[in-house]
Amino acid sequence: MTTDELRATVLRVLGEIAPEAELTRLHPEQSLRDQVDLDSMDFLNFVIGLHHTLGVDIPESDYPKLATLEGCVQYLAALDGVRNKESAR
Amino acid sequence: MPILGADMEAGTLVAWRIRPGDHVRRGEIVAEVETEKGLIDIEIFVSGVIERILVQPGEKVPVGTVLAVIQDEGALGAVPAGPAAVPAASVTPTAVGPVPGPAPTAPGLAPAALSSGRLRISPAARKLAGELGMDPAVVSGTGPDGAITREDVEQAAAQRGLAPSAAPTTPGPVAVDRQAQLRQTIGAVLARSKREIPHYYLATPIDLHRASDWLGVQNAQRAVPARLLPGVLFIKAVALALREVPELNARWSDGRVEPSPAIHVGVAISLRAGGLVAPALHDADRTPLDELMANLRDLVKRTRAGTLRSSELSDPTITVTSLGDQGVESVFGIIYPPQVAIVGFGKIVERPWVVGGQVVPRPIVTVTLSADHRVTDGHRGGLFLAAVERFLQEPARL
Repeated sequence: MTTDELRATVLRVLGEIAPEAELTRLHPEQSLRDQVDLDSMDFLNFVIGLHHTLGVDIPESDYPKLATLEGCVQYLAALDGVRNKESAR
Repeated sequence: MPILGADMEAGTLVAWRIRPGDHVRRGEIVAEVETEKGLIDIEIFVSGVIERILVQPGEKVPVGTVLAVIQDEGALGAVPAGPAAVPAASVTPTAVGPVPGPAPTAPGLAPAALSSGRLRISPAARKLAGELGMDPAVVSGTGPDGAITREDVEQAAAQRGLAPSAAPTTPGPVAVDRQAQLRQTIGAVLARSKREIPHYYLATPIDLHRASDWLGVQNAQRAVPARLLPGVLFIKAVALALREVPELNARWSDGRVEPSPAIHVGVAISLRAGGLVAPALHDADRTPLDELMANLRDLVKRTRAGTLRSSELSDPTITVTSLGDQGVESVFGIIYPPQVAIVGFGKIVERPWVVGGQVVPRPIVTVTLSADHRVTDGHRGGLFLAAVERFLQEPARL
């Protein structure tokens, strides 16, 4: 997936959790929790949404890397790259 | 019309899921009612055959109004569909007359299929229907399995000459009114609580390192959807501690305390548009942790979607609230009558902690209790908090 596709996926998953949020106005490098008012349950649902959509199992220790929209995209892009390399072997 | 919380005075019957002649079983969802807390599924508390429907979709009626008549084991009685029992004598025992037909619908609008289950409607469509003051039950659904989409509501509104909101993400006047009404009712019931209930407050910091370590190991082994949150450990610890101090698991009614035989923990859930609701996790003390977590996820989701069940609003015997996600270290709640206690959890923070003469960093959470002095005193409250701490030190047994 391209980074644009990953960004769109992240926003779609966020939109399911916070349908009232104005996601088009999100600052890419500011805290998602603060901008979208996510609590622990919302964040878990966000990670579960990414799991269902992209098939990724994100360990709890990596949660801090998902703090911002840009962080999510970069993290998922790196995972995607690793998976592509593994499938090419 | 059942009472779904001390702050409820009236509700709007949105849709029936049954028709006269239908057989119903205790606990079955028979209707949907709109309150300030959202759309509530109304469960019936007796089995029988629906005789007559007395309140039609769209009607707003006071709490206690009989919604339908059900024939119960051969005896005709008037039964409200919900937990607020209204004496049968309050209904005129008229002879059974012609059964009223379905609610009249606007020309060109076909009623959605209600008897086959809950009204299938997307959240956006429900929201728009609310903004337009439309009864969604009269809209034909064209979505998957006949679900009502936003476009269906727009089309039905156009047929009725109603204008959809120009800005869908901006709350319409009805939504704003509902928020104002919710804030007003929360204010009214909690002002009465502060006025009438002699609160006392206790707080204790609890070392969570065992619980945090256990949770870390558990979640590392689990698939993402099966992971646990600290909050579910808190709820289970509270539920188990209530077995040891059952006076806190009770209701104050007519000047006396009524202990509850079951432990139904109300969980304070903030609504995304503002306000909060505290529906029950039933039998939290007897529910395994994994199931409790799944139930909690479901409850939060349905609370925010506005699709709770009547028993979830009427059954809580105590409330648990947490503001840890907002960075708050301790929260002293106001008791939600007729309950007699509320337990608060703050943010888990790393603090210097003395263990065996050594200062070590430990994850600490401050647990608070606000309780009714007419029912318990600080001694019993302290024992309760000590029990919560003890259970959190043995997370594997939760």
